[in-house]
Amino acid sequence: MQAFNIVGKDVPRNDAEAKARGTALYTDDLRLPGMLFGRILRSPLAHARIKHIDVSRAAGLSGVKCVITGEDTPKIKYGNWRLFPDTQDEYPLAVDKVRFIGDEVAAVAAVDADIAEEALGLIQVEYEELPGVFDTDASTREGAPVLHDYCSTNISVNRKIQYGDIEKGFAESDYVREDTFDVHAVSHAYLEPCAALAQADQDGRITLWTSTQVPYIVQCLLASTLGMRENDIRVIKPFVGGAFGGKMELRTWEFCAALMAKKTGRPVKFTLSREEEFLAGRRRHPMRLHSRVGFKKDGTLMAKDLRIRLDGGAYNAMGPTATFLCGNFGAMLYRYPNYRFMGEHVYTNKPPASAMRGFGAPQSLYATEMQMSMAAEELGIDPVEIRLKNAQVSGDKIPDVATISSCGFIESIEKVAEMSDWKTKRKNLKPGQGIGIGCYSFISGGVFNWFNTSYPFSAAEIRAFADGTVHLLTMASDIGQGSDTALKQMLAEELGLRMEDIRITAADTAMTPQADLGTWGSRVTLMAGNAVLDAARKIKDQLFGAVSARFNLNLIYNFECKDGRVQVKLRPEKGISFGEAVAIVQRANRGEPLVVRGSYTPRDKGLVTPAFGFGSQIAEGEVDQETGQVKVKQMWTAHDSGTVINPRAVEGQLAGSIQMGLGYSLCEQFVMDGGKTLNTNFLDYKMPTALDMPPSEVAHVETYEPEGPFGAKECGEGLASPTAPAISHAVYHATGYCCKDLPITPEKILRGWKREK
Amino acid sequence: MMIHFILNGEETEIEAPADRRVVDLLREDMGLTGTKESCGTGECGACTILVDGVSRLSCLMLAAQLEGRSITTIEGLGSKEALHPVQKAFVEEGAVQCGFCIPGMVLASVNLLGENPAPTREEIRKGLAGNLCRCTGYQKIVDAVESAASHLQGKDTP
Repeated sequence: MQAFNIVGKDVPRNDAEAKARGTALYTDDLRLPGMLFGRILRSPLAHARIKHIDVSRAAGLSGVKCVITGEDTPKIKYGNWRLFPDTQDEYPLAVDKVRFIGDEVAAVAAVDADIAEEALGLIQVEYEELPGVFDTDASTREGAPVLHDYCSTNISVNRKIQYGDIEKGFAESDYVREDTFDVHAVSHAYLEPCAALAQADQDGRITLWTSTQVPYIVQCLLASTLGMRENDIRVIKPFVGGAFGGKMELRTWEFCAALMAKKTGRPVKFTLSREEEFLAGRRRHPMRLHSRVGFKKDGTLMAKDLRIRLDGGAYNAMGPTATFLCGNFGAMLYRYPNYRFMGEHVYTNKPPASAMRGFGAPQSLYATEMQMSMAAEELGIDPVEIRLKNAQVSGDKIPDVATISSCGFIESIEKVAEMSDWKTKRKNLKPGQGIGIGCYSFISGGVFNWFNTSYPFSAAEIRAFADGTVHLLTMASDIGQGSDTALKQMLAEELGLRMEDIRITAADTAMTPQADLGTWGSRVTLMAGNAVLDAARKIKDQLFGAVSARFNLNLIYNFECKDGRVQVKLRPEKGISFGEAVAIVQRANRGEPLVVRGSYTPRDKGLVTPAFGFGSQIAEGEVDQETGQVKVKQMWTAHDSGTVINPRAVEGQLAGSIQMGLGYSLCEQFVMDGGKTLNTNFLDYKMPTALDMPPSEVAHVETYEPEGPFGAKECGEGLASPTAPAISHAVYHATGYCCKDLPITPEKILRGWKREK
Repeated sequence: MMIHFILNGEETEIEAPADRRVVDLLREDMGLTGTKESCGTGECGACTILVDGVSRLSCLMLAAQLEGRSITTIEGLGSKEALHPVQKAFVEEGAVQCGFCIPGMVLASVNLLGENPAPTREEIRKGLAGNLCRCTGYQKIVDAVESAASHLQGKDTP
């Protein structure tokens, strides 16, 4: 394998010092002269027609500068699936109807936040309450209330995948099992609540600073909902305090800040409260998964038939993608010779579910993994062995959907079994103690162009200077995962520079090159990384030409950028500094600076992704006989992320995903009463604290992904999937209780515990 | 009312309503935005400040409570030239991801190490249990506090 200088090293993050000093500015930290504070009025009803809104008292309150309702907007719907306009089902502010408790009805901007809050109480809304539907069964029943006029069935998206002969596969199976799983909604619970600040310039153009993971998508959808041109909107992403999929759409406060800034001529800032985040915020899709799977006696998989209903809440949001990906992930990890998937995305009168770390995989793979573990037991095969027997390998295909390129799945299973001393522990643990396994696969960015972008998926501009520095411009969004650092590392590696030689400007839609689809689906390392390398290679072409001419070299020589120099490979004395080489190019171009643009768009890569990451995780735990409390004692993870660009950053992602997975398995949930979220604070939401975290060990299974920059691919998002099945499997091992409806609460365990008589 | 206190080592006097939340006083009135607000109800620790060296939640404190106290916010740690050893350890150990919890986490760690200069990993976890993080799984944060403890005690980092 190639030796690297900077790639693969624990380079400290670009932004770590500013964050540790408290000088890193997040959206709510920004303030502009004359800035107004915005607040949103939300629906108290789950489903109602708006008969009348009277804002006169609110507008008359001293200090209030602007009040808007849906009537003050252009009434243009939006949604991320721009390729299919029918799926765009959301207005920035309610028009005629509200569809969930927390749906946005009106907005106020005032000279301070307290006055804005007070004004909300003065807006009078007359509703006609409509019957609501709160689960997918009720919503799809004959005669159920309809949420959106365009969709009389409440089923807004269908997705089918089928290959092989499923009936034949089951007929030839020796053992068929059929299970229904219910998985629940959880919150992204990023620490930074959503915030947006908008300013209108003298020509009416908008600049929006917003806590987002998709500046380009926000730019485009803000333009369309305001009836403006895309390039009259500039979106800037300041530091973002976590997102995990929860900040990947245009949102109401972004729209309201922009519209109210235009109307008032003053900057307007909105910052959500934690209560709003929990009450109305996006969440992971709850789903019902019905899965039938057939095996030969020896554990060989024969067929799988997977039907999923996603409880999408009131709007599509990123539901179509989740529906699509559930079907894909249902066919991942193992070789299913015959497969059928049917997914339906269903509207209910609840806060919309959307993208969340794993994007359909945690739900789909929970079913997959629990069934593999239970089938192994029924067939008398070790759960690790049954996985090794069926594991996908490089070159495997999901017909018409995807082909697996690099794949270290088998190595990851073997590694994690070895690290955990699996075989011994499976046999020797005492009653109440258990060990379990969960595996995952995940995408390295999406191929399907649902946003219908007309630009490359990722782009990079590099400006090289005679002082030996370069400036990297990219629209890619660092939201805490560390992509600014990773992209700089890749550029430093390719150009033979040091980290401190590179300045980066990122995620500003007016200043960075068009375009980048944003941070989601673990796309940035591979896609933005490839765009950076494309640009870097163009720079090198020019520098190599300059050095060749300077030394009057035979054209058979090859060159390299190394240690701040541009030189002949194997003859470093024939070379000059990077800056001198840039100066020559610049002089040859009569002063024009050396600026290039690179891009990346996946092509011929199926419908899903250019590359899949893989991995396995084992959890050891103990269940209290009296209380049913689960104590996870240790986690082991082996992951295949291709070449690891920054090991420490990857380890941080993995440890963070365990926290989220632990919460998903054991304690986090939205407690709902009909359409109302009852636990709207951290205390009642119960996400794991430092005290709850088990020790964990990580091994990198290194593969080389041919499509990835330096061989890199996805990491950190796939790990959202294995933790719940690993813990659930350990609980099953400890108690004989197999959880089919997450989370695994003590009550459920005590009820289901199969104790020896 | 006029409130007198020491802020990051400097005598400070400010006119504010007695019931102004300290987090607002710091962020809105004094421009010290290093102190973050994530929940506003004392559950997450993002707004942690040190009051007479002890970590307190600035979203639950009122301006009048600052009278006569000595306050340290994240801006008051370390110097322009050098990070505080706890900040340095957070940077070097890779404990910083999105960073929103970090100012509070760093100050809570400073408080913890003041009370217990050589904590075990379990004691660190306990000491930081009031500070939520959604990115790191706390692992590298615990590593950082362990490393800072060794450094502050003059030992080599493990």
